[in-house]
Amino acid sequence: MTVPILKQGDVLIASMQAALSDRDLEQLRDDLAEQVGRFRSRSVIIDVAALDVLDSFATRTLRAIAYTVKLRGASTAVVGIQPDVAFAMVQLGLSLDGVVTALDLEEGLAHLKSLAAQERIRE
Amino acid sequence: MSDEMCVPIERENDIVTARQKGRELAATTGFSTTDQTMIALAISEIARNIISYAQRGEVTLSRLSDGRRRGVLIVARDAGPGIPDIQLAMRDGYSTGKSLGVGLPGAKRVMDDFELVSSPGKGTTVTMAKWLR
Repeated sequence: MTVPILKQGDVLIASMQAALSDRDLEQLRDDLAEQVGRFRSRSVIIDVAALDVLDSFATRTLRAIAYTVKLRGASTAVVGIQPDVAFAMVQLGLSLDGVVTALDLEEGLAHLKSLAAQERIRE
Repeated sequence: MSDEMCVPIERENDIVTARQKGRELAATTGFSTTDQTMIALAISEIARNIISYAQRGEVTLSRLSDGRRRGVLIVARDAGPGIPDIQLAMRDGYSTGKSLGVGLPGAKRVMDDFELVSSPGKGTTVTMAKWLR
């Protein structure tokens, strides 16, 4: 089951479905790295609201996606981590250090937009 | 649902199956969604260890009762290479390179009972339980 990627302006939105396999996650990483270039996207949002578990592999892959996308010149926000999922991650000792997170899709889009605006001011 | 089931762990998709079955069992036993998530996460970590280090094995899920309390019992077995240094494997952040090194110590943290038995060349068995409060 591949993760659908939606293109909206210069943003790519990937909505993860429940019960993703390791392979699906790795496929998503590769797809995003490629599409950031093809669509000249500035940012990527990964919506994990449908996931009922984020384990060490998923956490590591999300970090890998964020770093890969950054190296391709775009920024990433992971949105929609559910309360129980967040709590279990903390208990297990999993972290998403260095990865931007936001409450939901709306907050994620707003955050990435303000990041882009800041960059334009610096330029 | 029967009270005991065995999920063979042979491909990475089986990890998803094991944690889904574990969550269902935890739900019907009466655990909160927070505890269900914790149990599913612990199963995910130990099932992944089977794939990473032993290639194949099984996860057995069952209900527990000691007369006063109820809970769930999860046993992960493999006949893989075994763990040469269990103390080291249980240390936070230690990994032989195939993981983040949080799986075993993390699973122990989120469960109430946790036992790891391993002998080099013979395999590894992780037994863990969580009780309803």
